[in-house]
Amino acid sequence: MTETIIHCRALIGRHMLHMKRTPEQLLSFTLIPVVFVLVFGYLFGSAMEVPGDQSYQEYIMAGIFIQVALSNLGQTALGVVGDLENGLMDRFRSLPISRSAVLIGRTLNDVLLVAWSFVLMSVIGLLIGWRVHNGILSMLGGFGLLLLLSLAIAWLGALMGLVLRVAEAVNSVVAIAVMPLSFLSNAFIPLDGLPGWMQTIAGWNPVSAVVQACRELFGNAPATSAADTFPMRHPVPMALFLTVALLAVVVPLTLRAYEKAASRK
Amino acid sequence: METAVSTEGLRKSYADHEVLRGIDLSVSSGEVLGLLGPNGAGKTTIVRILATLLKPDAGKVTVAGYDLSKDVREIRRRIGLTGQYAAVDEILTGRENLRLIGVLLGLGRRKAHARADELLEQFDLTHAADRLAKTYSGGMRRRLDLAASLVSMPSVLFLDEPTTGLDVTSRQLLWRMVREQVDRGVSVLLTTQYLEEADQLADRVVVIDKGGIIAEGTPEELKRKVGGEYLEASVATAAELPQLVGALAKSSAESPTVDEKARRASIPLTGGMGTIAEVTAGLKAAGVEPLDFAIRRASMDDVFLALTGQTTAAGETGSTEQKHDERQTPRGEEAA
Ligand SMILES: Nc1ncnc2c1ncn2[C@@H]1O[C@H](COP(=O)(O)OP(=O)(O)OP(=O)(O)O)[C@@H](O)[C@H]1O
Ligand SMILES: [Mg+2]
Repeated sequence: MTETIIHCRALIGRHMLHMKRTPEQLLSFTLIPVVFVLVFGYLFGSAMEVPGDQSYQEYIMAGIFIQVALSNLGQTALGVVGDLENGLMDRFRSLPISRSAVLIGRTLNDVLLVAWSFVLMSVIGLLIGWRVHNGILSMLGGFGLLLLLSLAIAWLGALMGLVLRVAEAVNSVVAIAVMPLSFLSNAFIPLDGLPGWMQTIAGWNPVSAVVQACRELFGNAPATSAADTFPMRHPVPMALFLTVALLAVVVPLTLRAYEKAASRK
Repeated sequence: METAVSTEGLRKSYADHEVLRGIDLSVSSGEVLGLLGPNGAGKTTIVRILATLLKPDAGKVTVAGYDLSKDVREIRRRIGLTGQYAAVDEILTGRENLRLIGVLLGLGRRKAHARADELLEQFDLTHAADRLAKTYSGGMRRRLDLAASLVSMPSVLFLDEPTTGLDVTSRQLLWRMVREQVDRGVSVLLTTQYLEEADQLADRVVVIDKGGIIAEGTPEELKRKVGGEYLEASVATAAELPQLVGALAKSSAESPTVDEKARRASIPLTGGMGTIAEVTAGLKAAGVEPLDFAIRRASMDDVFLALTGQTTAAGETGSTEQKHDERQTPRGEEAA
């Protein structure tokens, strides 16, 4: 166990050096989330109407947090693809270290990066008028859920990288998977405005449950809730269940894929 | 530990493509075994299985005295792997690369740092230790890769085409470094397409083709099996060549092999010293002063082509061309 901690620390150190030496990567964890908050909160905020007396700035924050967590899928997957391509995965796998160390190192590292984005986004959010209303514990619960989701997404990304093995394949799957998941949810638009059948789909979309859970925990949920589906009525337990379930499925699959990982060919 | 590596009936298939069809190998402790084969022969597959990266379909495998099906971790403690493609982190410096491996191996920070410095020195990389590995030349990268596989001081080393793509100087430097490891008692299994490499480094050679072993022996044995010895001579001018050929023809049942361009001719050396004396006398009588006069043994190239002839004739890619080129001058550089 302590061994695994030492390994993870060494590997996270490695990823941090990468970050330092490829500043464009750090930029994507710094600038993009900030621009997101400004564009959605500020520009769209002035045009969007949210039911009740909620401001769009407050409404949108949970959605942006989750969008950023989801787009991290590609980051982790591409990192794994890189290690497959340059043969390091083979090197790591031929060392007498636990099979989870390499994956834990990478996923934890990527969660740390997302956490950094969350901090920046929160600061900008506060500046443009985002507030939390349910007290500190509830807020910490909200961020805890976001980080847990980020971890699950990172493991899913690692699995994708190990299975797809090619950057182009990763990019297209990310584009195909992430966009509809977040756009067909309540992340950016209140579900009230959608046609009935879309409301149903979006209501059952797991992303909606997580977004709704964060809104409730931050005290940003509009008083009237649309899309009367089971996940939307019980967002917090549902979000927790979904995230843990995702981890429970993806982690063993990823460990198995790692064991069989084949570089290049 | 007497046997560093052994496999019995090693098999591996991808879908319905049988890549290894029952390979029996053994590498004794301290020995260098060369695994020679054309593209797609299954060399990398064997190495990946032995290095615990790939599970075989069938066969009994032991590495460093441990059973591959049971003690993967024990095996990993004792092996070093230099894969077909250099496995270095390009965005780390050479030093950082080696330190990372050291820490992952549980050496602890201080020891990992010391070991890294030692290896950098040993592999002639100290001057570039703090440069990012992406700025390294192919040869430096390969050396760093080899160094990384030695951080743990393995007792068994796997080298998959360690010098492919390197120039002559880098190749010789790497050979020297591999020999140093051998001198320390490390057992080595080496794959290569360079016949010279097997000749230079290996105590014993196993030739594989299409997933099966087609020949086995010391480089010398293999060469004898295929070609035996040749008496070869060359002359300074084209005018002298017919006389040289004539003198050689008198001492041989077969007609001499002639290379017009190099003004060189050779005959199989069947009668030992007697033949040599005869030819010398014949040349003197004809008034021909040879530029070069030597006994040569068939090179590994000849061995390889003779054994895998069918494959190359069927027209594979890449190295096949190289083999055909080498065919033009069958009795290569290796003087007996
Ligand atoms: N993951 C894979 N899936 C399917 N076929 C594979 C896979 N890996 C290797 N092969 C096939 O197995 C055969 C042996 O491959 P291998 O890489 O072991 O050859 P090699 O002797 O190392 O060749 P080279 O000299 O080109 O490196 C080849 O025909 C190759 O196409
Ligand atoms: Mg190969």
